[in-house]
Amino acid sequence: MIATEKTIEEGTAAPGAAWDVASVREDFPVLGQTVNGKPLVYLDNAASSQVPRIVIERGSKYLREEHSNIHRGVHYLSQRATSAYEGAREKVRRFLNAREARECIFVRGVTEGVNLVMHGYGRKFVNEGDEIIVSEMEHHSNLVPWQMLCEEKGARLRVIPMNDRGELILEEFDALLNERTKLVCVGHVSNSLGTVNPVKEITARAHKQGVPVLVDGAQGAPHLKVDVQDLGCDFYAVSGHKMFAPTGSGVLYGRAELLEKMNPFLGGGSMIRTVTFERSTYAAIPDKFEAGTPAIASAIGLGAAIDYLNGIDREAAHAHERELLRYATEKLSAVEGVRIIGTAREKASVLGFVIEGIHPHDIGTILDHEGVAIRAGHHCAQPVMQHFNVPATARASFAFYNTKEEVDILIEAVGKVVEVLG
Amino acid sequence: MSSLLELYNEQIREHEKKPRNFGKLATANRSAEGHNTTCGDHFFVYLNVEEGVIKEISFEGEGCAIAKASASMMTRSVKGKSRGEVETIFNEFHRMVLGELDTETTPHHLGHLTVFSGVRKFPVRVKCASLSWHTMHAALEGEETTSTEDLGPALNAEELPV
Repeated sequence: MIATEKTIEEGTAAPGAAWDVASVREDFPVLGQTVNGKPLVYLDNAASSQVPRIVIERGSKYLREEHSNIHRGVHYLSQRATSAYEGAREKVRRFLNAREARECIFVRGVTEGVNLVMHGYGRKFVNEGDEIIVSEMEHHSNLVPWQMLCEEKGARLRVIPMNDRGELILEEFDALLNERTKLVCVGHVSNSLGTVNPVKEITARAHKQGVPVLVDGAQGAPHLKVDVQDLGCDFYAVSGHKMFAPTGSGVLYGRAELLEKMNPFLGGGSMIRTVTFERSTYAAIPDKFEAGTPAIASAIGLGAAIDYLNGIDREAAHAHERELLRYATEKLSAVEGVRIIGTAREKASVLGFVIEGIHPHDIGTILDHEGVAIRAGHHCAQPVMQHFNVPATARASFAFYNTKEEVDILIEAVGKVVEVLG
Repeated sequence: MSSLLELYNEQIREHEKKPRNFGKLATANRSAEGHNTTCGDHFFVYLNVEEGVIKEISFEGEGCAIAKASASMMTRSVKGKSRGEVETIFNEFHRMVLGELDTETTPHHLGHLTVFSGVRKFPVRVKCASLSWHTMHAALEGEETTSTEDLGPALNAEELPV
């Protein structure tokens, strides 16, 4: 690691201390503003989280002092940029506890990661009559690529159903697994329901049948400690912008053995070893999957976000999020006409709800007027909306920098919705 | 609160709760489907058009308060109107919700539809207010589906097919 990065390693809260949310909020400049004359209450973290100052500063420092293309320059700046970029990859490796840094491919986010596996693994190894298993609560990013593959190959998409709490029915999963199953693709945490899925157990069951597993970790990485070796999964994809890093940063973890067997995804510069008009040979992983100039500043920003997360007491942060979820669920359930969508026993701090007779989009507009940012819509999970027979839901999602006072403001604003439209 | 109450004014709330001309139209000779997928608005508009005049109109579907009330009030506004008259009203309605037509200072043909002028302060809701209009227009033109989201983020009135 380069010495200049030392300064950003300093965390906020000392491990073991109580969660000091006021001081954590100081780390996130965006939170200090007002909206419509009211303090911003940012509860749309599942869509995209905010960025701490050290990430902003690290990206800015890169752009001011280190920017150059990576991997190909013999000059000073290129070496610095390469070192910072590869340094970020090593930080990612430790964060996910991958065996080797080369198993961590930089991508734009989960969508690109899943598409990479679809093209690299799916198009090579899935044939007519084969089956791919997804779950009923998948985000479209872990559903549509597999539909596209099935359509192309004449393969069949099988779906693990969920119960009305929003929990996967594992017995049904067992029944779906068979010798035609080529891949199981499941989310770690549902973005619309908050359900934490038992991906370690799902992986164990799939592996018994020799089937590899891809986990969509977009909502997992921000809320849970992720250890890909402990989970045992073959692929794990994360989006940096949902874990306090800039957009355009993300990682696909894949077991080296699988990544090596796969076809490349995008063709172009950096991913080749030799090129002639007759044929090209490909570079070793991870370069094989990183064609073209990557989002260098974003990747370095992701490294800085991981530094930030390592510097806080993550146990305490997650406990704080769980307490916010408990408190908000209790308060919101008490409002007449409100129905919580997603009541799994294991949940991350994602709270979907509807209000009898009021469309979620109207809820979103009125809450915004009160300075409260939530998401209203189908959350890129239309099959989930169909399961619960709602056109859309409103969703408040909490990060460790949110407060109980903000939950109170949310509840008050929901009261205003009922007042205006009820 | 004032701009909120202007947006969700009494007439709009009343039409949302009791939409007029709601349901299928037995005599329909044209129809179209409109959707805004990001917010989940989804409507069908049915028309009976004779000699270029909208004789009957109805709609059905699901959406937010603004979209639903707009559809309801649109059906009352365009019934009995010729194609040319409808185009004029649609154009004025669209310019009003974009904040390009001040109905207090400029002559117009909008009648009660001016209750939607509050939408101009909520740019992201323009597509809600105009969905049923685009759907009606698509039906009139013989198109089967439309979405106000396909028109691009700018929603520039000059680019619209009116």
